[in-house]
Amino acid sequence: MITTIQISKAPSFSDVRGHFLRKQARAQLGIDTGIVKHTKVFAINYPLTPAELKAFANECIKDAITDDVFINRFWEDDSFQSYIAIAKLPGVTDDEGMSAQMALADFLNKKLDLKTQHIFSQEIFYIKNSLSENQLLTIAKKLLANPLIHHISVFHKHQAKSSFRNLYVPFVEMKVDQTTHHINLNISDEDLRRLSKKLILALNLEEMQAIQNYFNRADIISQRAAQNLKPNPTDCELEILAQTWSEHCKHKEFSAVVQFEDLDSGQKKTINSIFKTYIKGATDVVQKNLQANDNQWLIKVFSDNAGVVQATDNQLFVWKVETHNSPSALDPYGGAITGILGCNRDAMGTGVGGAKLFFNTNVLCFGAPDYDKPLLSGQLHPKQIMEGVVKGIEDGGNKSGIPTVNGAILFDERYAGKPLVYCGTGALMPNQFAGKNAWEKPIDPGDYIIMAGGRVGKDGIHGATFSSVELDEHSPHSAVQIGSPITQKKLADFMTKAAESGLLKSSTDNGAGGLSSSIGELAEITNGAIVHLEKVPLKYAGLKPWEIFISESQERMSLVVEPKNVAGLFKLAQKMEVEVSHIGNFTDNGFLDVRFDNQCIAYIDMDFLHNGVPQKKMVAEWKKPVTKTVDYHQLNDLDLNAMTQAVLADFNVRSREPIIRQYDHEVQGKSIIKPLMGKGQAPQDAAVLRLNFDGYEGIAVSNGIAPKFSDLDPYEMSCGAFDEGIRQIISVGGQLPNTAKNDGIFWSVNDNFCVPDSAYDPVNNPDGKSKLGQLIWMAEGLYDMATFFDIPLTSGKDSMKNDFKADGIKISIPPTILYSMTAKIPDIRRTVTADFKQAGDLIYQLGETYDELGGSIFFQKLKIDAGIAPKVRKQKAKELYLAIMEANRLGLIASSHDLSDGGLVVALAECAMDARLGAQIDLDALGDAPAIVQLFSESHSRFVVSVRPQHQQRFEQILKERAFRIGQVTERPEFIIQKHQEVLLAQKLTQLSNAWNTPF
Amino acid sequence: MTKALIITGFGINCEQEMAAAYRLANAQAHIAHINDIFDGSCTIHDYDILNFPGGFSFGDDLGSGKVMANKLKYKRLPNQKTFLDEVKKFIADGKYILGICNGFQFLVRLGLVPNVQIKFEQEATLAQNDSGIFEDRWVYCKVNPQSKSPFLKGIDVLPLPVRHGEGKLIMASELSQEVLDKNLQALTYCAASGHPALDYPANPNGSAHQIAGLTDTTGQILGLMPHPEAFLSLYNHPDWPSIKNKNPKINEDGQGLQIFKNIVQHINTKKT
Repeated sequence: MITTIQISKAPSFSDVRGHFLRKQARAQLGIDTGIVKHTKVFAINYPLTPAELKAFANECIKDAITDDVFINRFWEDDSFQSYIAIAKLPGVTDDEGMSAQMALADFLNKKLDLKTQHIFSQEIFYIKNSLSENQLLTIAKKLLANPLIHHISVFHKHQAKSSFRNLYVPFVEMKVDQTTHHINLNISDEDLRRLSKKLILALNLEEMQAIQNYFNRADIISQRAAQNLKPNPTDCELEILAQTWSEHCKHKEFSAVVQFEDLDSGQKKTINSIFKTYIKGATDVVQKNLQANDNQWLIKVFSDNAGVVQATDNQLFVWKVETHNSPSALDPYGGAITGILGCNRDAMGTGVGGAKLFFNTNVLCFGAPDYDKPLLSGQLHPKQIMEGVVKGIEDGGNKSGIPTVNGAILFDERYAGKPLVYCGTGALMPNQFAGKNAWEKPIDPGDYIIMAGGRVGKDGIHGATFSSVELDEHSPHSAVQIGSPITQKKLADFMTKAAESGLLKSSTDNGAGGLSSSIGELAEITNGAIVHLEKVPLKYAGLKPWEIFISESQERMSLVVEPKNVAGLFKLAQKMEVEVSHIGNFTDNGFLDVRFDNQCIAYIDMDFLHNGVPQKKMVAEWKKPVTKTVDYHQLNDLDLNAMTQAVLADFNVRSREPIIRQYDHEVQGKSIIKPLMGKGQAPQDAAVLRLNFDGYEGIAVSNGIAPKFSDLDPYEMSCGAFDEGIRQIISVGGQLPNTAKNDGIFWSVNDNFCVPDSAYDPVNNPDGKSKLGQLIWMAEGLYDMATFFDIPLTSGKDSMKNDFKADGIKISIPPTILYSMTAKIPDIRRTVTADFKQAGDLIYQLGETYDELGGSIFFQKLKIDAGIAPKVRKQKAKELYLAIMEANRLGLIASSHDLSDGGLVVALAECAMDARLGAQIDLDALGDAPAIVQLFSESHSRFVVSVRPQHQQRFEQILKERAFRIGQVTERPEFIIQKHQEVLLAQKLTQLSNAWNTPF
Repeated sequence: MTKALIITGFGINCEQEMAAAYRLANAQAHIAHINDIFDGSCTIHDYDILNFPGGFSFGDDLGSGKVMANKLKYKRLPNQKTFLDEVKKFIADGKYILGICNGFQFLVRLGLVPNVQIKFEQEATLAQNDSGIFEDRWVYCKVNPQSKSPFLKGIDVLPLPVRHGEGKLIMASELSQEVLDKNLQALTYCAASGHPALDYPANPNGSAHQIAGLTDTTGQILGLMPHPEAFLSLYNHPDWPSIKNKNPKINEDGQGLQIFKNIVQHINTKKT
């Protein structure tokens, strides 16, 4: 029998949640709800005596001071006309329900089966005004719930009693089906294509044929027969192959052979794998250069879940950045939180595993919050996506105790279909765990496979293949998952302890592809594994064997444990209340052997599994876009005061403070340059953290991203993004690598490519060739920058299908690359922040401004489609960076801010606003270019710095012709810019600050 | 040497910086999983100071700190006592307890602070911030000069970060005057000048009487929402570059560290 407990705020206490919904409904939907009363309901499917239930409700559920409680009845008030009830759908993570049953077990001092769900939470909102069903559903869907994961019911006063009586409780009810089917592959090509589509395998004909041929091989038929398998593959085998060969896991397009033709020059070339040629190729060159100079900090690149570098004498730094775009388009909160938790697991599963999670970053790309085009089927409004994603990042970081130290938010209407959600995680490991190198991943035959963490449900089945296809209105719902940070926090604590105690030999995470992926990859080390799926603990009965193997249920790690340590590991797990299960062993017989109740259901040759996928062939072409020039005279009458305000209020420029404050950016107590500094509002170029409490060595973290230049010049876009990442670290006082022998200045960079579908198809993707051409140029930029600056890529990701298709319309993202950069800071006490420090300091622009307004915020505001993208002049940039490093070594720079979105004007305003100091600027020092160019051009490799007058001489001697003295910090809170003795711009700081603080 | 025990597990996440704080204050710090207490492998009575750090114990799912407080109150140790029973003895022995953020939330829910009636019943709650959201921001706190807490001795105003979504202190209405009369409001939100913070964001959550931290009537227990363990170094302060610019020779310790130095020194003095 189901019993219920309902709690609500007693009338004398403010109902913040209800009030908040009322406000949101009015502001965002224009719906006047009247008073909203928020209540929570716990439905309990566990036998309790009435006395136990009452005591549990009063002691464990109700807040002693502020709550009213109702047991087996509901709060009623006739003056409320409308109701919305939000429950989870069956099988969706319900942390509140699970925590309530944990409390019940403690309260009763009974051993409850805590892994089975007995308590289900839901929310009921009571609404004063009589709203239509449509209005109620709008509120529910836009502000409270997502139909993909939530059960929504809306009703009116007269239905309340019966609705409460028949309260929806999301039990999982499924027919148990443990059969394994064989699938005939000896069918026509057309049928192979159809089969791939029907089973959502996302394999093309060539790949299906490769699988067909494999299963027809005589040796394979006889080896399988020995395992009592018929010649036709099982559903499990096909699913394993589809998962392993998915674009998401195998990066087939980055490994493809590309025929590239430059249509301007007629030159043709063949690129055998973009990844090997450009990304790994660049890091190989950098590694040689580093080693030649006795810089030995590059420890592990591309071969593990994350890149590893030597951070201090006895610590390793682990760095991984990932994207989680498709899930975030469907369920923004769930997509973002599983994104961040998944990235955390990559760091947790690097090397031996058990690294301590040190910080998170996030870079988000959305459609503008004021997007006003009609929404397509299945498309969520950008504002709703943004709010959900931000909340997901908040919970993912805050509830895990990991500071979110750095990030960026970009807006472009082409992200309105698929948003980009980049999640990054830095982690620290000691050089060794119990005498073994922490970065290595040793496995021997006979070692145990232990699954640790959450249980397996139907979550995310086909997630890996799903993100490799375009989204449409028929996307499967099982693709959506919700993360449980608390489950993962327990798991992370356990892993660290297990590693430190020497109980853990190796590990990896269960992400896309679930056990199939994690065990399949680990088994490459020993060349085989045997798995017993009936030993995998399930959230609920009813999963088919193959579903168990590829399910992407979250918060799970696969651990490798030596037989002698198994008992110790289980004991530790029991203490820390983490579920661990022995589900198989590693072998060296060359096969992945999957069993259910000891019957073999998959037996796949390891070599075929990992190397059997045919190399993809792709075509790319390139034609340089025609550049349009601009006549600046036509802009002579422009009101620069108004323009400055408009640029500061632009979505891509305005203050992110309200969002940043929702992220805990200082838990763990090591943040030194936080996202907001100074008096509390000044945005910073890079985050800086100290590595230990007893020393001042640290790390800087930055993000380079500039998709607004993609259309104009993808090569320069990529170089510019790379430069942005570097210059932000230089700005806070960082140093370039490899400038001296054995200097310990590590850099670790992740590249994340996100592009629209670049596979040419005459019907579905006619411009695929030029899209792939853009991608090649982006990769060329990466190679040139990385090898020039000796900055290695250590890990990364590519996301190749960022298109949203519905109702016959396709919204494709602009090609986007994010460089997530980290670098050693030898002494965090010598770092530099962006805000001006005191009146009288001299203001300089460092680096030259060029007429490069193409793609700039300024041109966007004026809707001018012309101009060229900024170019990176590598040699000049490097000389400047070296000079800044020297000036910082001598402590000559009081403040420093790099120039990016909005150009010089924005940088100056940001330096001044928070410091509450003015600036008197004279552009004459910058030469003769039009003022508009000087103020708003977004040329790279530039900074605004302030310098104390007594340091002027030494500073200018070091910076030479690279420094332009453009003014002085003033006590008067005014911002004055003049040129040729004429005042172009005069603003009070409050005016600037009001524009910049325009809310989202 | 003074010994500090720091409790962790199930989503508590500030244990490392709390341990660092005690080490920097020249005390011994031991981090124990809460189940180390429940299985009897660790006892709080071996220590001088018991610490409940911040975090999101059990995700704060039923209200901040509620599931953990429930565990401490009801779950039995091997000796059939509850953790709370042990804590009462610990206090009776004249020892000290510090709860920060989520830890403060446990203390309040367990009735350990303000405990003005000395009945160990919940007398207050920490409810959702008036803003409706989690916020990370630096605030100023004023120490009540009448407070008995040895943690706060000699401190007047100190800047600290708050990082919470549920920090609005609400006291049972009939008790609040007594709490004030007995000066159990050890810390209040204030302006940089020390004047009371009447408005958001100086009072970041809408707390009654701007209360940021409470002691019990013995003064041995201190609970507070702001995070002194996140201000162990000058370089944690968001305006450190300006502070250092004005005063290049300034002490490199963070002001939050003083709270830990105070208690360690207090115990050392008592012991000698």
